[in-house]
Amino acid sequence: MEVRHKVLIVDDDADWLDVCREMLSQLPSKPEIRTVGAGARAIAQLDSQPFRLLICDLKMPKMDGLQVLSIVRRRFPDLRTVVLTSLEDEEFRSRAYSLGVDLFWLKPDMQQNSKMFLDCIESLLGKESETGNAGFRGIQSKSLMDIIQLECMSRNSTVLRITRGPLVAKIWIQDGELLDAQVGNVRGEAAFQKILAWKSGTFENLAAEPLHERTITRSINALLLETAQSIDESSDVAQTEMIEKADHRKTVWRLALLAAEGAEFVVTVPPEGQGKSEAWGAHNAEQLTGWTRRAADAIKRLGDRLEAGPVSHIAGASMERRLAMLPADDKLFLVAWPPETPENELLEKTKKLVASWDS
Amino acid sequence: MGFLKKLFGSRAVVQELPMGSLTVNAQGNIVASTVSSNYSRALLSDVSREVLVIFREAREAQLPLAEISIHFGSLRVTARETRGGAIIFLMPQTALLPLPTSPK
Repeated sequence: MEVRHKVLIVDDDADWLDVCREMLSQLPSKPEIRTVGAGARAIAQLDSQPFRLLICDLKMPKMDGLQVLSIVRRRFPDLRTVVLTSLEDEEFRSRAYSLGVDLFWLKPDMQQNSKMFLDCIESLLGKESETGNAGFRGIQSKSLMDIIQLECMSRNSTVLRITRGPLVAKIWIQDGELLDAQVGNVRGEAAFQKILAWKSGTFENLAAEPLHERTITRSINALLLETAQSIDESSDVAQTEMIEKADHRKTVWRLALLAAEGAEFVVTVPPEGQGKSEAWGAHNAEQLTGWTRRAADAIKRLGDRLEAGPVSHIAGASMERRLAMLPADDKLFLVAWPPETPENELLEKTKKLVASWDS
Repeated sequence: MGFLKKLFGSRAVVQELPMGSLTVNAQGNIVASTVSSNYSRALLSDVSREVLVIFREAREAQLPLAEISIHFGSLRVTARETRGGAIIFLMPQTALLPLPTSPK
């Protein structure tokens, strides 16, 4: 017998709940739809019966969506989550994704691209077996090259939006053909190769733009092959001399970056037992590494006790300097800035520096 | 008797995030608090102790800090060191109250 999945929608706007209910009732799998008007009620519903999917608004009184998602992630790790909001703010988007949501969708987009939205929901509902083998979530082990190949082989039409810290890039794909790529002011093949050199980041699928101007005419396979070769060549530095040169260049680049951005020092701290920490501009690197690790442990304990979600960053201030601690690429970055650095620029400046660090 | 408990007793307990301020002395004891009394004293004491340890160890690492702000996914903990301890502010990060550092 076919099982009807249960979907829970939480939003403080009763009219919007009606709209959602009506729209989701068009789904081919005909899920059972429940609606609640508050975050606390949503948690109570989830506690009382199993749901497959939670669709959550962000802006709600008392307990808002981010708080709901933070609790849900801890208590119901298998529940798929979708944020549906009218808050068009990149910070909320990245905060929601950092809480592990499967999809972030804007309410106006949902109405304009209802078919695509319903396809996404159906796909989230469908990827499951009743034996409890829910399959794999996320694509952490896939490179950007793999993702693009998958999109092209499936003859998909989409816009891939790739974010690496403050750097944002887009790749337009139409019917499996590469139309265009853009990062900063660079477009076309040059942008495509630049994007593929990124080792990590996040990506999301946006609605396709079939009328977007085409700047790339070569086949995707030829381009991927050429890019892969150039990446392999650049990483084929087995000889000691080459490694030393590369290390030297990296050090010079990092010190130049430090000076250019105006930071006082940078310490990168890998997890205990997974390599050595590195410091630029700091004279007491060992002490700073020790403090960074201990502070991170203490803060993790705090977060667990308070059920406050993952740490996004830590800021500190004294008469001598401002500090920012940021997790990135399995490492912790401790960056010191002059005391006159405006508080509201601290995070952005640090993110920018961290994103450029291994470029 | 007790039928109301049967009706309402199964409601899930949802721990909302704490909001308010704590004034703690150098030993980590809470001197004053505006955080709801629904939160256990032990939990708030743990918060105070961890914060004081971070300040103390920063000083020992020659990195004295007057203020530290920890940004969790849904809560911001800001602590200022004072002569006799610290003041700790607990601020849930809600969509209604975006971070001051968020882009305008």
